[in-house]
Amino acid sequence: MTTSPSDSPSAAADLAVVGAGPAGLAAAVTAAGLGLRVILLDAGERPGGQYYRHPAPGLGAARPEALHHGWSAFASREAALRAHASAGRITYLPYHHVWTVIPDPDGAAWTLHAVAGADEAPATVRARAVLLATGAYERQLPFPGWTLPGVVGAGGAQAMLKGGLVLPGSRVVVAGSGPLLLAVAGSLASAGARVPVVVEAAAYSGYAHHVPALLRNPGKLAEGATYGGALLRHGVRLLTRHAVTEAHGTDRVEAVTVARLDRDWRPVPGTARRIPCDAVAVGHGLVPQLELATGLGCATRPSPDATVALELDAEQRTSVPGVWSAGETGGIGGAQLALAEGEIAAHSVAGRPVPARLVRTRTRLRAFAAAMAGAHRPGSGWTGWLREDTDVCRCEEVPAGRIREAVEDLGARDARTVKLLTRAGMGWCQGRMCGPAVAALAGTDPAPDRRPLSCPVPLRHLAELPAELP
Amino acid sequence: MSEATRGRRRSPRDLVGGTPAETWSLRFDGRELPAQTGQSIAAVLWSAGILAWRTTRDTAAPRGAFCGIGSCYDCLVTVNGRPNQRACLVPARPGDHVTTQEGTGHDDLAV
Repeated sequence: MTTSPSDSPSAAADLAVVGAGPAGLAAAVTAAGLGLRVILLDAGERPGGQYYRHPAPGLGAARPEALHHGWSAFASREAALRAHASAGRITYLPYHHVWTVIPDPDGAAWTLHAVAGADEAPATVRARAVLLATGAYERQLPFPGWTLPGVVGAGGAQAMLKGGLVLPGSRVVVAGSGPLLLAVAGSLASAGARVPVVVEAAAYSGYAHHVPALLRNPGKLAEGATYGGALLRHGVRLLTRHAVTEAHGTDRVEAVTVARLDRDWRPVPGTARRIPCDAVAVGHGLVPQLELATGLGCATRPSPDATVALELDAEQRTSVPGVWSAGETGGIGGAQLALAEGEIAAHSVAGRPVPARLVRTRTRLRAFAAAMAGAHRPGSGWTGWLREDTDVCRCEEVPAGRIREAVEDLGARDARTVKLLTRAGMGWCQGRMCGPAVAALAGTDPAPDRRPLSCPVPLRHLAELPAELP
Repeated sequence: MSEATRGRRRSPRDLVGGTPAETWSLRFDGRELPAQTGQSIAAVLWSAGILAWRTTRDTAAPRGAFCGIGSCYDCLVTVNGRPNQRACLVPARPGDHVTTQEGTGHDDLAV
């Protein structure tokens, strides 16, 4: 096999980076520039992760930057990746989904197991240090009708647009919570969709409690103004303190009900109105993707947006010696922060002092991220828009009524017990879609991602693992 | 600006100045859909206005791409007879035959 150094397992690289999004890409090229031999593994076909997702060369996009904010930050690092790869300093392995990381008994090196390509071929690499830059996925709060075709993730709509140059419909309501919605609405409208309204559950006045963090981030305010300007230009309305509480249709979505919310995100009776559309792009912020990290025993902490993030030190070290992490895994903060953290981690792995400029950037952007996380934390009242027959777990088709029965009649007090009683979270996605909602219905905070395998793995690969796993 | 004064709305391809290298046909349930090298199977289906290509095993409800990044597994599809492929991740390739996936995707294994 040409793409994997598995034929020579003794030759360990200095650093294996998992994920080629902003954090992993910045880390890999910085580490290579500091003289380390780096292996960069990524589940995607092209570097950039979800944020810098872009069309395949075959689609001939002359201006991929038209769909991006801060494209030059990516372009310069991608050029560096190519240069380092052709010089043999970085082994770049796209379409490699790492499913487990196993330490040597003496702790001196790590073995990373991946499935490669559409044929799910096994691939193994070894490195003396690991940097997890696995990013995040979208948080979804269910509502009646959210399983109808045409209801898609806001990030999903963005990903399909950036990567495939396609739209889910011609009249798209964008809904949920968080600044991503503004970017998504702007992209969809620029690409030709009608976006009648952005429905934001939080009140942007939540940011007003964090004026110092805002004032120290004029770039973020300018970014917000750019999105705001784009929305105005395309005639997109922004409704704050509102939610899509139902999607209507039979074979696909035809309209949504939008209602005003109180401070706790409870729909206010009598405020519902119907808005016609043929697609809905919905998302309620992002969830750090931590299964590889928690599988290694890395410590976690609760984040102000009610997700779980990794506990990291000033140099991006996890609690497990030899394992670093950067970007959204340490708490949702955006691409600029991820770039800075990736570079900090690379310096740390190389044993070099971290440049003060990077530390200042991280401090400033982390403060902004905390303000953002607090402002968009879901209020407890959102469960008020569920009906008994609303599927909460999309994979196993478990409705809210069955989950409430497990909690109220059968005594389930956490998502794990609900799962055992109802199968919610036991399907293909392993609770990635329903986890936050099930935890809220059980009255608890979400638990950290814990999945023994981070993606489906053919049994034959498991059978080839060494018997003496730790 | 009203819809009338805005004229023909632009497409994603217009926005990025896209000139596809080649266009060919992807077979989906016997239909021929226009596809370009580099598109995922989900992107080809969305281009054709198709949003559902799977039915769930309990209620036979229609599903298609939801998360768009390979996390939700709602877009599972059968490609060249191989079920449970994530349409949002798998690149469309000339000669592929994509078919709607029903239920568990393992009906052919039933005894």
